[in-house]
Amino acid sequence: MNWLRRPASPTQITHGQRLWLYALAALVLAFLVVPTLIVIPMSFSGSQYLEFPPREWSLRWYRSYFASPAWMQATATSFQAGALTTLLATPLGTMAAYGLFVSRSRWAHVIHVLMITPIIVPVILVAIAVFYVYVKVKLVNSLAGLVLAHSMLALPLVMMMVTSALKSFDMNQEMVARSLGASRTQAFFSVTLPQIRFAVIGSALLSFLTSFDEVVLSMFVSGGSNSTLTRNMFLALRDQIDPTIAAISTLMIVVTTTLLVLSQCFGRAGGDD
Amino acid sequence: MGPEVVALAPHAAGLRRDEQVERWALLGLSAPALVLVLVTMIAPVAWLFGLSFLADDGSWSLEHYRRMVEQPSYARTFGVTFKVSLMTTALCILAGYPLAYVMSQLPRRVATLCMLGVLLPFWTSLLVRTYAWLVLLQRQGLINEWGMALSWWDEPLALVHNLTGTLIGMVHIMLPFLVLPVLGAMRAIDADYLKAAANLGASPSRAFWSVFFPLSFPGLLAGTLIVFILCLGFYVTPAVLGGGKVIMVSNHIANDIELFFNWGAASALGAVLLVLTLAFLLLAHRLLRLDKVLGGGHGL
Repeated sequence: MNWLRRPASPTQITHGQRLWLYALAALVLAFLVVPTLIVIPMSFSGSQYLEFPPREWSLRWYRSYFASPAWMQATATSFQAGALTTLLATPLGTMAAYGLFVSRSRWAHVIHVLMITPIIVPVILVAIAVFYVYVKVKLVNSLAGLVLAHSMLALPLVMMMVTSALKSFDMNQEMVARSLGASRTQAFFSVTLPQIRFAVIGSALLSFLTSFDEVVLSMFVSGGSNSTLTRNMFLALRDQIDPTIAAISTLMIVVTTTLLVLSQCFGRAGGDD
Repeated sequence: MGPEVVALAPHAAGLRRDEQVERWALLGLSAPALVLVLVTMIAPVAWLFGLSFLADDGSWSLEHYRRMVEQPSYARTFGVTFKVSLMTTALCILAGYPLAYVMSQLPRRVATLCMLGVLLPFWTSLLVRTYAWLVLLQRQGLINEWGMALSWWDEPLALVHNLTGTLIGMVHIMLPFLVLPVLGAMRAIDADYLKAAANLGASPSRAFWSVFFPLSFPGLLAGTLIVFILCLGFYVTPAVLGGGKVIMVSNHIANDIELFFNWGAASALGAVLLVLTLAFLLLAHRLLRLDKVLGGGHGL
């Protein structure tokens, strides 16, 4: 056990003297990771109750999920809303980030602050305000209304990611392209965009996740045949513990992890440039 | 004014005009996004804000705010909100600071692995995590089952549908928001300072408290403020894990709408929540740079 007596930091404290610290850190890390992961094996339980480890394995909760028209419809809505939010928020956010970054107008800062308000204002407030307006303009329970609201939530994230990519991009390259005769639009699409593409793709994935995982706005503005997955899950959670949700949770973890791995792959490739 | 300046003047004016035009065109690129935010967020919230000053008969009044002062249920809601937010923040500091400290001194590869652990829950749906805690903490849940099997306690503990469950769920969700900025600050600390302290005869704990801790403090402050501000607006976790017993401001607002259709009360409460949030953000902005605070949560 030589390691225990070795100094652990520049202050010469030994590893042995601060084993308690390692134990505490390991506990906290377990607290962060285990609860999320434990749902996965539990979702394959064959009994009426969720058990760990399951006494018998089965796919019954997955069957009950795929056999339910309500859950299927909600899943379809969530994917649609996510995809449309991505298609709306990514280009709008990228355009805004670029415009505000390049324009040296003194209004740029004001507009920037206005556009990040969706992540500052408590979401419940946004939800009831949007609900109030949607009731008046008859957008409640419509896919269009949901997509507009989710895009508004995703915009600040797209803007922050793209702006930070632009900060590390050398704008002189665009200048060179333009001095060689390219228009600003041509220069953007052939010089700038290819170099910030990883931030743009990353922000597209983040937009999808923002919409896919969003609960509170969906609670208020989606419903009927346009209920989202999260809305149905939330309502089910408030009432009883339905093991079907364990199966859905597992599938959601798979979706999120896939997107995360994808964005990491793009990020890795971007880092090598 | 020399003759060459006069000769240049028309040209310079043209250039200036071109620059102006381009500046507005570029600004115009942000117009669609700005319109979206204005229409779906700023206008509705402003409308709601105005609504909070309208009495039921349509005249201007402070009725809804007066009721907030007079009815004890509102004071209770604010009390619970502050209590839960402060306790969550304190628990996040107690759990998150040591974790960040250990992570900052681990070899690169192990630290990356730990980082994945910190980010995994951060990227998992809030509902999935809340559900996981519901399953683990319920009466016949895993924690009660194992605790009783190991005879740590005899009767199932009430771990969920109360304050305990809410706190556990909220700490789980907020912890990454504390760990990331603290870790960032710790990684920036020059190890030579600690060597110097040790060299000058400081004991390890003295070196930690008088050198390392003060240097990591800005990161801790940023994390603490962002956790506290985010806690103020929590809705989902108290609604599910609190089982209707933990009513924070957001839950109170939702109840006012869903159960009582009382838009006046909900909007006034919303206005107070917004003002509180903005006040704490302003404080954060004064103490630190705001973009650092906001950027803290998205450090992937």
